Parts: sequence; structure tokens; C-alpha cells
Amino acid sequence: MISFSRVSKRYPGGHQALNDVSFTIDSGELVFVTGHSGAGKSTLLKLLVAIERPTGGSVIVNGQNVGALTPRAVPFMRRSFGLVFQDHKLLYDRNVYENVALPLQISGFAPRDTARRVRAALDKVGLLKFETAMPITLSGGEQQRLCIARAIVHRPAILLADEPTGNLDADYALEIGELIRSFNQVGVTAVIATHDQTLLSQLSPRVISLKQGALDTGAAA
Amino acid sequence: MKAWLAAHGRSINAAVTRLAGAPLGSTLNALVIGIALSLPIGLHLVVSNLQAASQHLTSAPQISVYMALDANRSEVAQIETKLKQTPRVANFRFVPREQALADLKNSSGLADVIDGLPQNPLPDAFVIDADDGSPAALEALRDEIGQWPRIAHVQLDAMWARRLDAGLRLGRLAAVGIALLLAVALVAVTFNTIRLQVLTRRDEIEVIKLIGATDAFIRRPFLYFGALQGFAGAIVCWLILAAAVYLANRSLGELSHVYASLFQLGFLSPLDSFALLAVPTALGWLGAWLSVSRHLSAIAQ
Repeated sequence: MISFSRVSKRYPGGHQALNDVSFTIDSGELVFVTGHSGAGKSTLLKLLVAIERPTGGSVIVNGQNVGALTPRAVPFMRRSFGLVFQDHKLLYDRNVYENVALPLQISGFAPRDTARRVRAALDKVGLLKFETAMPITLSGGEQQRLCIARAIVHRPAILLADEPTGNLDADYALEIGELIRSFNQVGVTAVIATHDQTLLSQLSPRVISLKQGALDTGAAA
Repeated sequence: MKAWLAAHGRSINAAVTRLAGAPLGSTLNALVIGIALSLPIGLHLVVSNLQAASQHLTSAPQISVYMALDANRSEVAQIETKLKQTPRVANFRFVPREQALADLKNSSGLADVIDGLPQNPLPDAFVIDADDGSPAALEALRDEIGQWPRIAHVQLDAMWARRLDAGLRLGRLAAVGIALLLAVALVAVTFNTIRLQVLTRRDEIEVIKLIGATDAFIRRPFLYFGALQGFAGAIVCWLILAAAVYLANRSLGELSHVYASLFQLGFLSPLDSFALLAVPTALGWLGAWLSVSRHLSAIAQ
């Protein structure tokens, strides 16, 4: 499903964020990408969704070479991902329903389909009763669950999360962990960049550990 | 199809919300566009009206030859023969003084005054079409006929109509020129408005891009916004012109009542009105398109 082969990324200015990284992730796997700040976790996720392009090697997702996509093809490739951000990246001028409906509207779902799926996703993360609330009125944990609802509403094959529990209390973090586990159990491939040890022991995933831009084989589980 | 309609509906809705969300700014923009547009289109309206009014005045120049008031029938017949023998006179028409008086009575609304005259003040006249319509040839012919006996006055008609026509053509050209300049200004105004919007919505655009929106999807609400702003400006312009024509016609009504003739300004035809509304809408759309395209590429992700 995802394969990195000899991927390097050097930013303009000379910073080598990733150096000769190779791994594959099969469909349905639950994988954590761990490492210290600056180890290259964020770069790895950015390469997956074509925010950045590799300077060496190839990133293959669903058989597509992500680094070689034309700008026109990028949006359609991104729709196979569900993205969860540490800072949620919600749209604060729209209500909960509209935030979750956005990926469906982007993909051109019919209005009736959209309503059904949005409610299902909100129900799944326990926010159905907040349908018409504005995101700013929700707690941090609720906002993160809203972000997850938006990420999974279009039933993506891959869930990508960048520090999903980074700003949350332990209780909230557990809820998020459970949500991730439940999606993984129904076949969604999940790639989580985190250094949250609690989440790690909660989900006992496969771990890809990065150290200074390279695979840290010594620490791999 | 339903999803497509829904997507456009949402974009229009978003654009209307943004317009209504900043009522002062939107109103000012619409006023700026509307007032600016009303200048060239108002000029066009005036020119069109004058042109329509001057059209029934003959625009082929003619020469009017007035006999002396006391010229008798045989003297008039002599002139008629001379005109027939002059090759530069293509054809001519004799207007007897009695007929001229009757015409004046019918057309001017001064019947009472004319009836009160002790005698007919009008002379016999010939109206001549020259075979060469150039001003120099006409003036030469006028001077020649002026030398003939018993001719009181020779006048070049319709030269003023020609001059008016040339003036109107200049006016029309000016209207087109101003319209083109203001079209550019409209595009620029929209460009700037949309630029500010894109910059303030940068975060939102980045998020939408990340979750798989195409550029077309991101562009759409901005395009509708630009088009709506142009349309609002066009409506303002239309209202300004309608009010101006209404007020002008009211005072023209009083004026022409006094002169017993009815001259009224015509308003824009339905087709012109449609163009007035459609063109600024399209220009607003264009300005928005240029702006969003340019600024989207700056938000590269």
C-alpha cells in the first residue's frame, strides 16, 4: 500500500531531513513513526501527501509514484488519505456539520449521501449532538475528534495522523487511541507520527523509528 | 449533476455570505463600480439619443435658394430653367411661398401667430441636391447661384447636421474609450478585493487543499464573489441611468410642451440593459479569476 524506497529529502538550504529511508507498509497495518523532534517524522508525512517531493528515491502509494504526480493529479491522490493534525486545522467560520461535510463536497458527493455520511461519522466520534455547534465552542479533545470525523467521513484507505494526541490530556488521548484502533480494525491502514509512549503501549503497533533522518534499526521493535 | 448543482449553490451561497458579511465594503465597491460605469454608458445614451434625433434631419447636404420676396412667376421660372441647365445640380424641388407658409403652420405650432401676419413673410424657394456632396463643391455652387438675378439668399443646409454627426461620432468614440479604461479599472478593483480575501483566507485554503480540493473547487466561491460584485455595480449603474433619464425626461417634457414638440430621451433597449448587466459581471469574474489564479500558486502545497 505504501512503499518508501531509498527516499531522501534535502531542503533548499541544505538541511537533510531524510536520508536513504526504505520501508513498506501493507494494507490494514497500524504503524507508528516515532523519533525525536527533527528526526524527520513530519517530512515523511509531507512526502506521503505530496506537500513535499523527495529529492531522491521514490514514494509509492497505491501504486502511484507520489513524487512524480502532476499538480493536477495531487488533489485526487490526497482523497485516498484521511488527515489528522495536531492543531486540528478546522475551519472556524463553519459549524461542526459543515466541517465534516467538506471532504465529501470536495469529492462531489450528492447532498443526501453527504448528510448520511456526515451523521455516521459524527456519531462514530460521539459528536452527533454538536452538529450545529461552532468548532470554537468545543473542548480540545472534542475538536480533535471532530478532526478525526472529517478525516474518515469519505472512508479513506489510509489514515495519516501527525501527533494526534500532542495537545491532549491523558483521558482524551486514550479516546483518540481507541478511535484509531477501531478504524484500523475495520481495515483502514493507519500511519501515526507520534512520540506519545502511552499511545504506543495502548495500541502496540508496528514502529518505524527515525533518528536524524534515517531509520533507527537499533530501536525498532 | 445534483452534486454539481449543490457545489455551485454552496459557492454562490458562500459568495453572498461574504458580500453580506461586509455590507459597508460591498456597498462602497458597488458604488465605485456603478458610478464609474455610468459615465461612459451615460455618454453613450446621450449620443445615441442625439443620433436618433438627428437621423430624420437629412444628412445629405442640400442647398436652399431663396428668391427675393417680390420676385414674380416669370423670374422664378427663369431661375428654374437655369437650374435645369446647370450640370452640377443633380435635381431640385420648388417650394412655393404659400406651401412654405402652410408647412410652417403645421409643424411649428405657431399657427396663431402666423394667422395674425398681415402678409406671407416667406419667399419662394428651391431645394437643390448637388451631384458632388463635398463641402468645397457645395460652397462653389452656392456662390455661383448667389450671383444670379433676383436671388435673395443661398444657404447650405445640413452642413451643421454633418458637423453634428461628426461630433456625435467623436462622442461615441470617447464613450468607448472611457468604457475600455473603466473595464480595466473594474478588473483591477476586483483583483484587489479578491487578493485581500485570498490572503485572509490563506489558512482555510491550505486546509482545503490538503484534504484534496482541486484549484477549481477553491477558485469557485471567489469567482462568484467577483461576478456578483460586478453585477451589483452594474445594477447601481443601471439605477443611476434610469433615474437620470427619468429626471431629464420630466424637465424635457415641460420644455417640449412649450415648443409643442415631444422630444424624450430613450432609455437602454432590453438588449443594451442585458449587456450592461452581463459585461461587468463577466469582468468581475475575470478579475477574480486572474487574482485567485495568481495567489493560489503562491500557496503551493
